[in-house]
Amino acid sequence: MKLNLSAILARHHGDSARLVQILRDVQAVEGYVSPAVVTEIARGLGVPRGRVEGVVGFYSFIESEPRGRFRVLFSDNVTDEMAGGHELRARMLDAFRLELGEVSRDGLVSIGATSCTGLCDQGPAMLVNGRAIGRLTPARIGAISSLIRGGSPVEDWPDNLFTINSHVERRDALLSTPLEPGDAIDAAIARGAAATVEEVARSGLRGRGGAGYSTGAKWAACASASGPERYIVCNADEGEPGTFKDRELLAHHADLVIEGMTVAGFAVGASVGLIYLRAEYPFLVAPLLAVLEERRGRRLLGRDVCGAHGFDFDIELHVGAGAYVCGEESALIESLEGKRGVPRNRPPYPVTHGYKQKPTVVNNVETLAAAALVAKHGADFLRARGTAKSRGTKILSVSGDVARPGVYEYPFGVTVRQVLADAGATDTQAVQVGGPSGTLLAASELDRRIAFEDVPSAGAFMVFDGTRDMLAVVESFTRFFAHESCGFCTPCRVGTTICAQTMKRIVAGQGTRRDVKDLARVSQVMKATSHCGLGATAGNPALDALAKFRPSFDKRLRSLDVLPTFDLDEALAAGREATARDDAGSHLDQEET
Amino acid sequence: MTSLPLTAVQAGDRPTFQIDGHDVPFDDGQSILTAALAAGTFIPYLCFHPEFTAHGSCKLCTVKVNGRHQASCTTPAHAGDVVESNTAELNDERKTIVQFLFTEGNHFCPSCEASGSCTLQAVAYELGMTTPHFSPLFPDRPVDASHPDVLIDFNRCILCELCVRASAIVDRKSVFSLAGRGITKHLVVNAESGNLADTDLSVEDAAMGVCPVGAILRKRRGFKTPIGERKYDHHPIHEVAVTRQGGG
Repeated sequence: MKLNLSAILARHHGDSARLVQILRDVQAVEGYVSPAVVTEIARGLGVPRGRVEGVVGFYSFIESEPRGRFRVLFSDNVTDEMAGGHELRARMLDAFRLELGEVSRDGLVSIGATSCTGLCDQGPAMLVNGRAIGRLTPARIGAISSLIRGGSPVEDWPDNLFTINSHVERRDALLSTPLEPGDAIDAAIARGAAATVEEVARSGLRGRGGAGYSTGAKWAACASASGPERYIVCNADEGEPGTFKDRELLAHHADLVIEGMTVAGFAVGASVGLIYLRAEYPFLVAPLLAVLEERRGRRLLGRDVCGAHGFDFDIELHVGAGAYVCGEESALIESLEGKRGVPRNRPPYPVTHGYKQKPTVVNNVETLAAAALVAKHGADFLRARGTAKSRGTKILSVSGDVARPGVYEYPFGVTVRQVLADAGATDTQAVQVGGPSGTLLAASELDRRIAFEDVPSAGAFMVFDGTRDMLAVVESFTRFFAHESCGFCTPCRVGTTICAQTMKRIVAGQGTRRDVKDLARVSQVMKATSHCGLGATAGNPALDALAKFRPSFDKRLRSLDVLPTFDLDEALAAGREATARDDAGSHLDQEET
Repeated sequence: MTSLPLTAVQAGDRPTFQIDGHDVPFDDGQSILTAALAAGTFIPYLCFHPEFTAHGSCKLCTVKVNGRHQASCTTPAHAGDVVESNTAELNDERKTIVQFLFTEGNHFCPSCEASGSCTLQAVAYELGMTTPHFSPLFPDRPVDASHPDVLIDFNRCILCELCVRASAIVDRKSVFSLAGRGITKHLVVNAESGNLADTDLSVEDAAMGVCPVGAILRKRRGFKTPIGERKYDHHPIHEVAVTRQGGG
């Protein structure tokens, strides 16, 4: 296929706010966005070239250099690693004689790593030319390698490679209450906009994306903000490693989520909704578009929704391009506007100055689903469940060392121990609740509860049994944050990299007491001074591990306060080889230097 | 980091907040940082510039507002706020942030044309930084000497985006942008070749005058101001900054 840039630009109305989508389209044809194409896009959109170059370089899945015709990216979450992902990756690299990130000389294939792809219940996983493949085994890797060697396009590969399984292991109110499409919208219309906002506020619904802000308060602030134009954004950028419950909701409960968006649109007076879907879920694009189309056909979207005169509401799907930070609501809005996904300075908040500087509600997928059920069944639907400060239920994505990984829905207040028992976990050493940015719990804390007043969670629940090296787990998380830091503020940009390098040294047995001190110090400074939640939480894994797994650190440390950042004895290896010596005098004992 | 005594600026009916125990008057819409500077109280900063909207990226101006850490440049002042700034805890955090910047780039003060008039160097002295402490990252950042009148030494760039903002807002040229992400974030110029010579930058541009370090330099002007007569050679930054900003 030849690149027809003017057609792509025309399809996006030459709108620079569509830049990320334009770049995705270019990449789909060419495999990368060349410097010459960057110049052409800038000219076509009438923006400085540097602005386009800046966006290209921000997103992991937009390449600025040619990659292989087959671009393989292994999911680098710790759960993929625990399921053998690194071995499979090494095996495939070996088969193609490649280094990680390298392109084969014939341009056929490149093999790299990417942050968690949200298939933790069926890992190890990978993306091939953007398409997700789970449940990798040596046999599947062999089959994929053969398909690549044969050169057949990914579209022609056997369907079973791309099957995404659904593992719903426990349903509570949200996943088991059926909703006839349109019923919640009808109920909201009957109740009235202001009363709907009030009902959602009374339900105690709090944001399920992690921050836990009152959904009713958010809607009320947006509804009362000045100006005629408002937006509803569904945050489906489920990037927190270990989380996949939004994948399940969008795959099997899309109507419920879209119903929630429509209710929100009615309640705050918005006529446009936007779904920001993470790029790792391409298998959801066609089904979501089909649901939207079907709802248009049933007058559940479009003009005069559900017959309510003057309530026009439609929804557009926007696909991300590989950036965890875009899960932060203001960064997500920047990305929707075709910019680098850098979190904004607040105030002002999105509820008054959001998408295109207009009042905007950004809600998580699960929040919107719950809001739809509140609209239909009233505030008591949530108030009857959960705890005083955490009404309703929470959907957890359980993965790692459990017999039955998958999606589990519980009323808030469930103990960690209960979840472990239900999922079939034995010999649990630690649980990472809420993903790397959440809380690392030790075995002594299993009676703690999932709730905003105890252990809040955006949904991840990764389990580690007694065989796991917790320092390697923490190292994986620090590597993740260093990769995903947007780089806007100094503490996060530099701090995440220092933490990742320090953890790498410690895990390799090259760490010192000073490294441990530095790790705590850097994590604390990031927590205190970072621009957004990414930096503020990036130090959590190290700080939690230092507090709860300190002996694991101490066992690994060299006894010295300071250690050279390279191995002195190893540095003499070339000299030993040249002089054919290997006696004691040709070695340096680092403990004594 | 001492605060100058408040005198003429202590207007009668303006609202006030407290920094480190003394009252600072402010006007509606002013940030904690601008109000503090106008009142003669220094808070260290790098990416702030009075002519541009506050950026909030360097985080050096972080203070505690009613007990919570906030960047003072982007936090609006509120009457009655209790702000901590010149405390051991905050200065220690600021020192770590400056050490991060020295760790991230390649900053060799003795050979740098900006030494003595460099804000990064001045805040490092101010905060008592003696070493970068962390293992240097030693990034590979080639110098761009393609332009006939201007040299860019990317090794010294601290990503404050002042040149980006000046070029876009004042010069209306958008010569500079940021590309990459995280630790690989870097300054780029507006040309397919990547060379400054292929942009429309001129030495008269506002973007030429805002670099707080020695990254954007005019050619053939090196050491025109001798060492010993530079901006921070005789007065530490806490005196220079409040004299210039506060008009005192």
